Amino acid sequence: MPRTRTLHLAAELAPGTGPSASAADPLAASSAGTAAARTVALARLAEAAGLDFLTHDDSFARPGLDALAVLARVAPETRSVGLVPTVTTTHTEPFHVQAAVATLDWVSRGRAGWRIAVSPSGAEARLFGRRPAPPTAALWQEAGEVAEVSRKLWDSWEDDAEIRDVATGRFVDRRKLHHVNFQGATFSVKGPSIVPRPPQGHPVTVVDATRPAARDTAAHHADVALIRASSAEEAAALRAELLQGARAHGRDPGQLRVLLSATVDLDAYEGGPGALAELIAGWHGGGAIDGFHLVPAVPERDLDRFASDTVTRLRDRGLFRTAYEGGTLRDHLGLTRPVSQYATTGAHA
Amino acid sequence: MSTGTGPKQVHLAAHFPGVNSTTVWADPRSGSQIDFSSFEHLARTAERGLFDFFFLAEGLRLREHNGRIHDLDVVGRPESITVLNALAAVTDRLGLAGTVNATFNEPYELARRLASLDHLSGGRAAWNVVTSSDAFTGENFRRGGYLDRADRYTRAAEFLATARELWDSWTPEGRQRPFAHHGPQFGIEGEFTVPRSPQGHPVVIQAGDSAEGREFAASAADVIFTRHSTLEAGREFYADVKGRLARYGREPGDLKIMPGVTYVLGDTDAEAQELAAEIRRQQVSPQNAILALEQVWGRDLSGYDPDGPLPDIDPDPESTLVQGRVRIADPVAVARKWRALSEAKGLSIRQTVIETSGRQSFVGSPGTVAAALAEFVATDAADGFILVPHLTPGGLDGFVDRVVPLLQERGVFRTEYSGTTLRSHLGLPEPVWKG
Ligand SMILES: Cc1cc2nc3c(=O)[nH]c(=O)nc-3n(C[C@H](O)[C@H](O)[C@H](O)COP(=O)(O)O)c2cc1C
Repeated sequence: MPRTRTLHLAAELAPGTGPSASAADPLAASSAGTAAARTVALARLAEAAGLDFLTHDDSFARPGLDALAVLARVAPETRSVGLVPTVTTTHTEPFHVQAAVATLDWVSRGRAGWRIAVSPSGAEARLFGRRPAPPTAALWQEAGEVAEVSRKLWDSWEDDAEIRDVATGRFVDRRKLHHVNFQGATFSVKGPSIVPRPPQGHPVTVVDATRPAARDTAAHHADVALIRASSAEEAAALRAELLQGARAHGRDPGQLRVLLSATVDLDAYEGGPGALAELIAGWHGGGAIDGFHLVPAVPERDLDRFASDTVTRLRDRGLFRTAYEGGTLRDHLGLTRPVSQYATTGAHA
Repeated sequence: MSTGTGPKQVHLAAHFPGVNSTTVWADPRSGSQIDFSSFEHLARTAERGLFDFFFLAEGLRLREHNGRIHDLDVVGRPESITVLNALAAVTDRLGLAGTVNATFNEPYELARRLASLDHLSGGRAAWNVVTSSDAFTGENFRRGGYLDRADRYTRAAEFLATARELWDSWTPEGRQRPFAHHGPQFGIEGEFTVPRSPQGHPVVIQAGDSAEGREFAASAADVIFTRHSTLEAGREFYADVKGRLARYGREPGDLKIMPGVTYVLGDTDAEAQELAAEIRRQQVSPQNAILALEQVWGRDLSGYDPDGPLPDIDPDPESTLVQGRVRIADPVAVARKWRALSEAKGLSIRQTVIETSGRQSFVGSPGTVAAALAEFVATDAADGFILVPHLTPGGLDGFVDRVVPLLQERGVFRTEYSGTTLRSHLGLPEPVWKG
């Protein structure tokens, strides 16, 4: 294909997500205080390399700090890189979750996303004691509903709802604030949100579509889908399936990015960072993927080598940005800023 | 705690003046209540002033009036804990306190978020436990608004106790151990994912004035946030709450009493008084005066002239006109009082509301205000104050520049932080690890 498609690059920050790091306790009490400093250093490294965004994995079942908290702590110490914590939707309150993600967008000035995840285990259910975990298919269905109500709540304040009209004494135009009246299978939300519409309109929704159970939710709701594949053909097929699914849900497939997520140990990787650059360039150029999500086996080592070597080679070939052009994560991903779904209806609160 | 030699020290905290009717948003100096730069400015100012902590309130549903969203006061705010984590990046010592409702959250998740904040801030986290519950707010949550008034503090107390079990489930040496809590409100078990945080337990604040609220604070809180802002009411409250501590094996210094107070500064007392009157007129706009009246009367009074007399009809005590605000307990009595005042002084609706809803506690020159604050603390009407400026975000600047130095001169306020954690600023003991 002659058309130059933009290459997107992202990386995972959570310690212990790579295979060789599993034995090390990332949060021994003495080092927990340095979690912030460590993450800030990694985020700055990734930002200097011009990466689109950083993910930070999370689970109620594994040692680690709350991922959204970690990335909020990082936000004021970075300027451009996107920040995408994992947020689970199973035992949490959709109203709180959307407010926290919108707030990450406010404190990062338009760089927030969230990677939706579910909590399938009985162990996680027992941490909350409210209900047993539903079967996986139902969990992803519910996650989709949480994504949907979140977009409604982000839209529930139109962009120009705040008017500060001294003459009439009105701070907001209440016609631009909307009850969302969402009724899902397991929850309902009245709305509107308490948080005004975030800078990106909608923070970026990321779904790991590796598991088949998550795929329809990704096609329906994700701005970025992460996949895993062992060949370019497999990646291309998965990407086509996701884009087709998006179309079937009435979406513009041009607004969905599909990134190959891969755990990489750049010490052990055959050919090292150069070979990885070849692979990314090849799969991207062939249309199998829109970009690459690095899950470093050892973040300090692999992210550094990825940034200094792999990214440099991709830049040398003119495939990756040399500087950020826009300010928001949507800008980096080439995604449009959505208009509030209530803005054109004229519906009143 | 003071060492016992010098004068009793004043504790200060800064309330971000967001959503409430005391904010003067119409002032041209009023900035955004949502941009991070506003939070950063107020927090940095508070830290420059060596304050103990920065404080965020919470509301989980936009207020409604007569079935419509209330549009006269500042509305819209970010989610507290996320903002506090970001503020941890731009401050070093300042405590970071967030209000989070115990009814519409679950212990495991919230304990984890608070412990994360304590780690990411190096020991500066605080949680203001509020309990407000009504079906109106509950409509935004899976749980719904089912909780009885009587059960609110039962749940809050067990919530906090459960959170403390989670915070204690890692040994101080960093070993993770399983926890199990099986009580009337919560039945949960497993492993907590966050190691013991720098403060052991984040500082716990309680806000609420009822007997149940005071008892809860006496049994379990580190700070109590009150509304008592006169010397007499403050001393009475102080004696009552401190008197409840012994029952729980606690010392008077283990619970700090900090009323939320507003203030107005001028070069002279007269100038400050004038400015205060002007601010009250800005806060109680003609539209806001009618709204305040409707809150008492529980009726649509939009046809009344704010510059005219009070209505002669009676309040509707069963009204659901106002939602999302604390209800007035006896509207008929309040209306009677307002009418008497209005008749005695010849006041219009707006003037009556200005007179009766005044919240400016400290008005005067910096010297007058510093002396008054010091007197409150010296005479046991308070241990300190949560200052509520009326301007966002610059409303604290004058206080830090002009009043703090005078408190320092009097020897009642620190000249530098002596510790790094919020507990150390407040002089609170380390929580004993209950393994
Ligand atoms: C000074 C003060 C500040 C409060 N701030 C909040 C708040 O930010 N959010 C909230 O939901 N409730 C807030 N409350 C409400 C209390 O949590 C409580 O629900 C209310 O005071 C009724 O409880 P009580 O009967 O113990 O007084 C506040 C109360 C007081 C006294």
